[in-house]
Amino acid sequence: MREPLIFEQSRPGRRAPSQAPATPPAAEDLPAGLLRRAPPPLPEVSELQVVRHFTRLSQLNFSIDTHFYPLGSCTMKYNPRASNKLAMLPGFLERHPLEPESHAQGVLECLYELQEMLKAVTGMCGVSLTPMAGAQGEFAGVAMIRAYHLARGDTERNQIIVPDAAHGTNPATATMCGCEVVEIPTGPDGDVDVQALRAAVGPRTAGIMLTNPSTLGVFERGIADIADVVHAAGGLLYYDGANLNAILGRALPAAMGFDVVHINLHKTFSTPHGGGGPGAGIVAVTERLEPFLPIPIVGRRDGGYVWLAEADRPRSIGRLSGFMGNTGILLRAYVYMRLLGAEGMRRVSGYAALNANYLMKRLAAAGFSPAYPRRRASHEFIISLKDIARDTGVNAMDFAKALLDRGFHAPTTYFPLLVPECLLIEPTESEARQELDAFAQAMVEVRDLALRDAAEVKRAPVTTPVRRLDDVRAARQLDLTWQSRKPPQE
Amino acid sequence: MSDVPSGLKYTREHEWLRQEGDGTVVVGITDHAQHQLGELVYVELPDAGRSLAAGDAMAVVESTKAASDVYAPVAGAIVEVNPALASEPELVNSDPYGRGWLVRLKPAAGSTDGLMDAAAYGALLAADH
Amino acid sequence: MPFIPHTPDETAAMLAAIGAGSLEELFDEIPASLRADGLPGVPPGLGEAAITRLMRERAARNRDTLCFLGAGAYEHHIPAAVWEIATRGEFYSAYTPYQAEASQGTLQLIYEYQSMLAGLTGLDVSNASLYDGATAFAEACLMAVRGARQARSRRVLVPRYVNPVWRRVAHALLAGQDVELVELAAGGGRTDLAGLKAFEGEDFAAVCIPYPNFLGALEPVDELTDWAHARGMLVIAACNPTALALLKPPGEWGTKGADIACGEGQPLGIPLSSGGPYFGFLACRQALVRQMPGRIVGGTLDVEGRPGFTLTLQAREQHIRRSKATSNICTNQGLMVTAATIYLSLLGSEGLRRVAAQCHANTRALVAALTSLPGVQATIGPYFHEAVVTLPGPVAPVLRRLADAGILAGYDLAADFPELGHGLLVCATEVRTAGDIDAYRRALAGILGTAVAA
Repeated sequence: MREPLIFEQSRPGRRAPSQAPATPPAAEDLPAGLLRRAPPPLPEVSELQVVRHFTRLSQLNFSIDTHFYPLGSCTMKYNPRASNKLAMLPGFLERHPLEPESHAQGVLECLYELQEMLKAVTGMCGVSLTPMAGAQGEFAGVAMIRAYHLARGDTERNQIIVPDAAHGTNPATATMCGCEVVEIPTGPDGDVDVQALRAAVGPRTAGIMLTNPSTLGVFERGIADIADVVHAAGGLLYYDGANLNAILGRALPAAMGFDVVHINLHKTFSTPHGGGGPGAGIVAVTERLEPFLPIPIVGRRDGGYVWLAEADRPRSIGRLSGFMGNTGILLRAYVYMRLLGAEGMRRVSGYAALNANYLMKRLAAAGFSPAYPRRRASHEFIISLKDIARDTGVNAMDFAKALLDRGFHAPTTYFPLLVPECLLIEPTESEARQELDAFAQAMVEVRDLALRDAAEVKRAPVTTPVRRLDDVRAARQLDLTWQSRKPPQE
Repeated sequence: MSDVPSGLKYTREHEWLRQEGDGTVVVGITDHAQHQLGELVYVELPDAGRSLAAGDAMAVVESTKAASDVYAPVAGAIVEVNPALASEPELVNSDPYGRGWLVRLKPAAGSTDGLMDAAAYGALLAADH
Repeated sequence: MPFIPHTPDETAAMLAAIGAGSLEELFDEIPASLRADGLPGVPPGLGEAAITRLMRERAARNRDTLCFLGAGAYEHHIPAAVWEIATRGEFYSAYTPYQAEASQGTLQLIYEYQSMLAGLTGLDVSNASLYDGATAFAEACLMAVRGARQARSRRVLVPRYVNPVWRRVAHALLAGQDVELVELAAGGGRTDLAGLKAFEGEDFAAVCIPYPNFLGALEPVDELTDWAHARGMLVIAACNPTALALLKPPGEWGTKGADIACGEGQPLGIPLSSGGPYFGFLACRQALVRQMPGRIVGGTLDVEGRPGFTLTLQAREQHIRRSKATSNICTNQGLMVTAATIYLSLLGSEGLRRVAAQCHANTRALVAALTSLPGVQATIGPYFHEAVVTLPGPVAPVLRRLADAGILAGYDLAADFPELGHGLLVCATEVRTAGDIDAYRRALAGILGTAVAA
């Protein structure tokens, strides 16, 4: 059933009267030329219509709360309700960001302790909570690396090395920071090609951006050598914390030789993905980058908690948000981390690895082809459907759609770009064994159907609110707002 | 197998170039390139009058899954861009060497010596395959 | 074990299937020298009852206040339904709608959001949101530099009274790409049109007009827009979304209208929450849509010809364009946009207009009350829902005393704009009452040593 647009439910003069002031005075003091002539085209609907419409829209979504969601590199684990409820206590929500510190000691104490816990899980010595997403954390990291080199008078270092398997944000970030991107290849077993790295570094190397475990779902075993090569060349190492869930409490980025880390709190620390945000991409650094951390930071002074900003931190790369990043998300992460505690965090990585390796083994036993069959899976792994695609014409996208019909959100498809026809599968620690078994069974069913009746798989999905959508039409005949649509013909 | 008409010049980046009688050249992307990109949804073209060095990015061809720069095969100034592509980018898919042309250039002094002929480009495609 | 469902038997069976003896063995590819065997800086775990108690205590340690402080974040009434629905698990725990068929709820909601924001700003298209107002301001400047094909300049003109933090954020985000903000001179709390002469003949990509500006005042938008367009620049509006229900939208400024609008979305149903999460909005004319950063949702048809929604124009984005993307941004602020779309639906055009009109009226009443005290003056106008009053002495100690009395009395302008004297920026939104305003007046009078008429 299609849910009509909220605009289609609108009727002139209908309102939700309890939500707005009854009779505000006219703004007769404002110049007439500055006033709006026609009201904005917002819907005119009742409160019940609004509640029903958006409740119905919500029901058209797959979500963690309703479906197994093994979307690789996104860590779609359970988002505890407690995190949401406690971050939304009125005493936290109703705080103006510019209120005096004396009035905000409760929230500042949470943020300070969060900084300290994040130092512990990274092994780093300084943390800034302000970046509002992983991509902003990356920006902060590369900007700090640039600032570090410039502060030493080393103005030529503007190259950022990125493995070819990296997430697209890494090169996009380097560009935003005014750096050039140098791409290096991955070896046959999924590790960085260290020889190629040696050839790539030099006096213009600002740093390298690495994810470890990598986007290929394996631990970068040569990380110590990589760190030596980059440091010896005068560059710094940036750790993209997208996959920290895999090694939480098992290996510290600082011990691996990294100088700066960002962590996606919406992955490892289970803050909500919210249909695409808000995220939080905190950064943690070693001593030499500490002066450059983005502001504000929470500090201690005279027995209380204070904001450290421009006056306290003159060498900072500056502010990345209007106030203090996504504070409400930070509070959710704080609650989650306190619920887990140190031992709970190690269990997270242990069971994330258990689920990933178990599911990889099950799928391999059923005849699927892991991209790196001789490697341990991290918290995720890649299946290549290249052979099935060649034999039947059923590709990774078809598989993804057929899984939707079987009640599973699809894994990540066609990323990383290196592996043809790939599915990147991340079950997360919060899924029970029977869920993994059911998913493996569904994969087998789709594969068997592909061998028997490829056309049937290519029809999928058929149970979702819409079937496959025409992307080419969407891009060629742009329909981006309701008001731009032509009136219906009939 | 991709269509590689003779009489045109080609680049390693899969552009083609045709010399016109009036001293200008017309540039587009090859059949192989359009096939690799898939159905095009948008073509970004330069402003007429812009001067380019050989190898400068001068246009972007965009499908729903990919976007690629198109490079100037020779140095020169843009004389004209294909006005039809604004509303019909799919012409690059359906007729890459004809109605799907991208730009007309007035080459700077110099020549097209560095470019491949059809045989050489066809061999390049075969080798890549 | 919080949030881990495995029984001991299951764990043993799964390890056996893998061929591993223990969970530790699953980490055997990590070189031993790099392994950590604990997290000494992290306290032991708590149960939900214990963390609930702790968070309630922390929340209570924050002090409640009566808020007359704006300066970029505003206290408004948020209908109860907004967050009841926005935090439904199907919105809260879904991810980016890459699998469109399984994400039609989020996609249709974003399409409705885009329609509402385009309508509010009077422009053609909106993206699915950015992080916050400050980053939207920076991205709008970048977008203008990309989109100003005639100018080829990397400089953007900005009036003096733009939010000073936004200016700093833009500097931090744009410095790496050599985009420079150049200040327009001001007089009387607004841009001085006579000062534009200083820039004749110089090349700029755009002028970015705050609306209202940081002082709450309404800039001469028609004159600035026409001046900029006549010189080949783009016009960016950095606007308050509540104000747009009452004031002329950017798309109607001057003869041709502004080209890009950006701003802070927090007033649209988002709690103050110590500064975030909020969301930034970004809208533009159709011709600039391919310069827009961030996600965009479009309508299309499925294989059976039924209407549906999908992410579109993705070739602009980092996962396809990599180092040549319009921005490195991946996420939008999905959950905040969910709330804002519900908020705008509940308020509707008439409701939002009433909110805006009441904010304006309350701030006028506040200014009248405060300037009834000797030595307190207000000279800058016209303004929307925020205004500058000048006190007879330094503002900071007065603010401290009022805060001790439970009143957030405004924003001290001394550090950012010393030319305003003892300037205090005050705001009274629709949630403030006549009694609240009177409480502020009495408290201020007490501090300034004035007898208060009963």
